[in-house]
Amino acid sequence: MLAGTFVSQPLLRAERLVKHFKAVRAVDDISFELYTGETLALVGESGCGKSTAGRLLLRLIEPTSGKVWFDERDLFGLAEREVRLLRREMQIIFQDPYGSLNPRMTVRDMLAEPLALHGLAKGKQPERVAELLRLVGLGPEHAGRYPHEFSGGQRQRIGIARAVAVEPRLIVCDEPVSALDVSIRAQVINLLQDLQRRFGLAYLFIAHDLAVVKHIAARVAVMYLGKIVELADKRALFAEPRHPYTHALLSAIPVPDPSLKRERLVLQGDVPSAHRPPHGCRFHTRCPHARERCREEEPPLAAADGHSVACHFWKEIEPFTSASRLTPVNERLTRLQAAFHTGGGSS
Amino acid sequence: MTLACVGAALAAPWIAPQDPFNPAAFELNQAFRPPAWLDGGTARYFLGSDDQGRDLLSAILHGARISLGVGLAAVCFALVLGVSLGLAAGYRGGWFDALVMRIADVQLSFPAILIALLIDGVARIALPAGAQDAIAVPVLIVAIGLSAWVQYARTVRGSTLVEKEKEYVQAARVIGRRPLAIMLVHVLPNVMGPVLVIATIQIATAIITEATLSFLGVGLPPTRPSLGTLIRVGNDFLFSGEWWITVFPGVALVTLVLSVNLLGDWLRDALNPKLR
Repeated sequence: MLAGTFVSQPLLRAERLVKHFKAVRAVDDISFELYTGETLALVGESGCGKSTAGRLLLRLIEPTSGKVWFDERDLFGLAEREVRLLRREMQIIFQDPYGSLNPRMTVRDMLAEPLALHGLAKGKQPERVAELLRLVGLGPEHAGRYPHEFSGGQRQRIGIARAVAVEPRLIVCDEPVSALDVSIRAQVINLLQDLQRRFGLAYLFIAHDLAVVKHIAARVAVMYLGKIVELADKRALFAEPRHPYTHALLSAIPVPDPSLKRERLVLQGDVPSAHRPPHGCRFHTRCPHARERCREEEPPLAAADGHSVACHFWKEIEPFTSASRLTPVNERLTRLQAAFHTGGGSS
Repeated sequence: MTLACVGAALAAPWIAPQDPFNPAAFELNQAFRPPAWLDGGTARYFLGSDDQGRDLLSAILHGARISLGVGLAAVCFALVLGVSLGLAAGYRGGWFDALVMRIADVQLSFPAILIALLIDGVARIALPAGAQDAIAVPVLIVAIGLSAWVQYARTVRGSTLVEKEKEYVQAARVIGRRPLAIMLVHVLPNVMGPVLVIATIQIATAIITEATLSFLGVGLPPTRPSLGTLIRVGNDFLFSGEWWITVFPGVALVTLVLSVNLLGDWLRDALNPKLR
């Protein structure tokens, strides 16, 4: 994160966004800002409202209340026609690379469609399509093919090319790698980062996988039951998470070292229904540190040195750092590894 | 076989020995000629002749042509109407969807033939008597089409409801497509598969409906006989011994419907990539 970008105006500002589907409170009063060229990750388990939040930002669905300011324009105050024009600046990459491409359209048609709609690359469409394909690591020879002729990773690349085609400033990435094989994920993430550097894109990166988020995000917002419970710089969040829910999420990241085991904080019970969220702090039903006050009073999202958290007692909860909770799995493996390392060094 | 049937029907004006629409060509003294292989039959009237001395083979060929044409046109009419209403209802939702589907429900509670009869009857009363014969074919097409659109509308609405939730439709919205364009460019091609299969099978149904209407006397007049009209005319003479007037058009109708149905089955298999 560059220091200078904080000073400038945010590209997008969500203000007290609320979306209720009938009685279900999918998104309940969330606010955040997104700056040009940065990646804000929105994490949380499924059903916490993160995808709904992403679709609200693009006005794919109408909010129950709240505002979204995109480049100082009130997104929900615009007429349908103006929104269509603004769509050039904000795009989306979907989770499911099978559902997000029209099965009856060739890749060429799919990429030419946004160009034609916004009057881009007039007279040079074939060249632009080829360029877009190269940009995402495919070749111009793929242009005449249909989606079913591609693998999941390739389809996701086509989806990315379609989003980039209109040269947007913001892309909502709705779990863009969750549906892909682990081996393909890194490639797609690298592609997204590469495109961000080249075009100064801002990403709202929706994910449930913290390992991916750690790699790509600059700031992280943690959602639980329609609310943001913690919002901080990535480093701060991973080094010293404050909300007990974040503790639990971090403890679930697999350790890439077979000899070490992390102490898991396994949450009790299921996520309560968003239909009737718990009173007070929404997390109190599963929080190991819950007290009387948590049941009655809802904690506001309060910032302390740039690190916001919605918890009454975060200062009193023992700080959780991922390194401190690692313990050796078994003595023998550790000794073996040590012997291997010293043996390798001496020869 | 389908090709033979359809080909014979299409080529009727060129291969039929006689023009069955031209009363001047009929010879009344040749009326009630039995088929060529029976006593009294001649090669000139291979399948016999009817009460007006009209050559039955020619009448059947022309009748099949009319039946097929009416069937095709009625299905096209129903298809366009049903698909547009179903697509709009599924995509728009809300009151429009409710309205269209309630109308469809109401119509489904009547037999299709009753609807066609009703429309045909109303049109006959509403239009001047002189114009009736001339507009008999269009009226019949509209009547059969209006009785058949519900199936398309329901099928298309169902698939549209599924397709519109898919992410490619949202992607089209995000790139700034208008709703009408999304419906036509993105949703329509993805919901047409089952519709085309229904359509081929419905052609047969439409031919039968037309024949039924004509048999009941509200379809085509005897001056422009379809297969149904021929069967009706022949029915009057069934018990006086001239069975061929009704049996041969009946056989032709069965053959035609069967072959169109087989074509529909074949098309369904050919269009379904899972069966290939």
